[in-house]
Amino acid sequence: MTDAVISPAQAAKARARAEAEARLKRRYRAEARFRFYGRTAIVLALAFLVLLLGRIGLQGYSTFTDYRVSLPVQVTAERVDLSDLGGSNFNLMVAESALALLGETDDPYGEASAEMMAILSGDLGFQILDRLRADPSLVGQTITVQGPMKANASLYYKGQISRDTEVGGRLLSDRQLDWLDELRERELVSGGFNWTFLSRSDSTEPEQAGVWGAVVGSAMMLFVTAMLAAPIGVLAATYLEEFAPKNRWTDLIEVNINNLAAVPSIIYGLLGLAVFINWLAVPRSSPLLGGLVLALMSLPTIIIATRSALRAVPPSIREAALAVGASRTQTVFHHVLPLAMPGMMTGVILSLAHALGETAPLLMIGMVSFVPGAPETLTSAATVLPVQIFIWENASERAFHERTAAAIIVLLVFMVLMNLTAVMVRRRFERRW
Amino acid sequence: MTLSTNPSSSLKMTAQSDDALAAGLSAAARPVPVGKVSASDVSVFYGDKQALFDVSLEMPDRMVTALIGPSGCGKSTFLRCINRMNDTIPGARVEGRIMLEGENINDRGVDPVLLRARVGMVFQKPNPFPKSIFENVAYGPRIHGFADNKAELADIVESSLKRAGLWKEVADRLQAPGTSLSGGQQQRLVIARAIAVSPEVILMDEPCSALDPIATAKIEELIDDLRSQYCIIMVTHSMAQAARVSQRTAFFHMGAVIEAGATDEIFTNPRDSRTQDYITGRFG
Repeated sequence: MTDAVISPAQAAKARARAEAEARLKRRYRAEARFRFYGRTAIVLALAFLVLLLGRIGLQGYSTFTDYRVSLPVQVTAERVDLSDLGGSNFNLMVAESALALLGETDDPYGEASAEMMAILSGDLGFQILDRLRADPSLVGQTITVQGPMKANASLYYKGQISRDTEVGGRLLSDRQLDWLDELRERELVSGGFNWTFLSRSDSTEPEQAGVWGAVVGSAMMLFVTAMLAAPIGVLAATYLEEFAPKNRWTDLIEVNINNLAAVPSIIYGLLGLAVFINWLAVPRSSPLLGGLVLALMSLPTIIIATRSALRAVPPSIREAALAVGASRTQTVFHHVLPLAMPGMMTGVILSLAHALGETAPLLMIGMVSFVPGAPETLTSAATVLPVQIFIWENASERAFHERTAAAIIVLLVFMVLMNLTAVMVRRRFERRW
Repeated sequence: MTLSTNPSSSLKMTAQSDDALAAGLSAAARPVPVGKVSASDVSVFYGDKQALFDVSLEMPDRMVTALIGPSGCGKSTFLRCINRMNDTIPGARVEGRIMLEGENINDRGVDPVLLRARVGMVFQKPNPFPKSIFENVAYGPRIHGFADNKAELADIVESSLKRAGLWKEVADRLQAPGTSLSGGQQQRLVIARAIAVSPEVILMDEPCSALDPIATAKIEELIDDLRSQYCIIMVTHSMAQAARVSQRTAFFHMGAVIEAGATDEIFTNPRDSRTQDYITGRFG
């Protein structure tokens, strides 16, 4: 073949081919662009997640260690009034013993003992009170008590308060820092896991404050929510999806349920205030009340999740059951519900996890209050984890800030556990059809 | 397109029942048999839309009645009237009479749940329950209280699976999920499930359309076996299948029965030109 003359037909063909190639290139470019956007979005989201968790972790992890002091205390008769044990100043007794241990004596104005009291927790004094109540013969003897250091002292040991900071900023005097160093050198102070934080409830003293009360409150409240919202929601959804006639009324109900799922949660708090407290006289700031309000809040979400799980069951299964002579109820309860179970359970657990982290409606029903103990019944005053976080965040003492972050970590652990349960339930019950 | 006109020629039939003899008689000498199920002036409405127009049809016992016709002609709708599955569709309304053994199934006193125990149904796509093979067959007898104890229930399951020709293949794995079977096996399992409640009539809605030719042949053979005990009514898209397994055929078009009669008659000597056009493949 020599240089062939290009015919018009061939030229047109070549042009069409070039155009097709250009189109193809544009298509590939568009796809590459879209992938880039997608990856950027994911990277951004992950970065924010890492930032958030990292910050909380960095701020909160130090809460999980604390420093405890083990101190021999001389129970001097002059400081104890056996007829009025509660009125005796055991903190002063502890401070004097600590000073004596360090080879110092109190000054006439009590300044040294006051400064010593500011680094040792008041818990030590309460322990002596308890021991004397049980056994008054201890007066005049030396007993060893073990308890936490004041929060600021712990912060110094953790390196969060430094000697280089000027005195006003670090809240500890040079003398107090010297004592702290000496206590550590003598190995009277030791660091360890902060069980206090997990086993105690709220306190005005950060070193004695813990999340236990809030955890118990959250568990009780969630129990009430689950017991109410799960059965009511699942049964309502089952009725609406499988039994109710499809007419204008059911359409109206469906629209309203969807709208209720979008109502801001604080409105549910107002509703709870008006209905449960003012009308039904449910005790305020009780787990029962919080559970009722959160159940109302969770119902629409549970109904919607359950309905979509029911809708995902293929109609052929219903036909199969009806065709062998199963009644409508038998069809639903023997065949449809078991198949919809994983979807329903996932919906229920996720909306309960949502309820666990809910704060706003609880503000309206008086759950924001200082509750220094775990609730004993469903109607006793309680606080819950997110509200505890809210309260500590507003506290002025520095040690409460690390406890805020630590409480967030505890809450996140519970959330992750619930979400894992949802995943496991789905895996466990998932069946092919 | 050549079609076998003799229903018994393509299937190796061993037992020559009276019905088979009757099918061999000449068309002219054959009267319309009295139906086990007989429909008269059945109309079905979905909302405002009418899907069936005054359908009257006799479906005799111990025979296979094939309902043929182009898509959307109403044959499935008619089939679903016979066990009142249309009741489950919102907005569906059935008029006219469908007699089962002299009783109008649309009467107020007839409970659709009990009716469906007498009129079994097999669907286009095999739809076993996502439970064990045993449970699939045992479910019907259990909810109807047919078995007093486990041994009786196991007997029913075994005999149903045997009649559906599936026993040998699944006898050693009754606890395996029904969905683990092949498509053809699933369809036979579903047939076993239907006959486990001792129905009088079995409705089949294109039972082979989702199956390969070998599985189809097995199902067709099974249908021919079952014919000796049940009144079988089958919707099919395959005219070859209608010719092979049915004794009577009804041709549906635009929601009405155009022509009904003995299968060989319909396929060899259709009276209506539309039937002729359809069976020769000119439309549909």
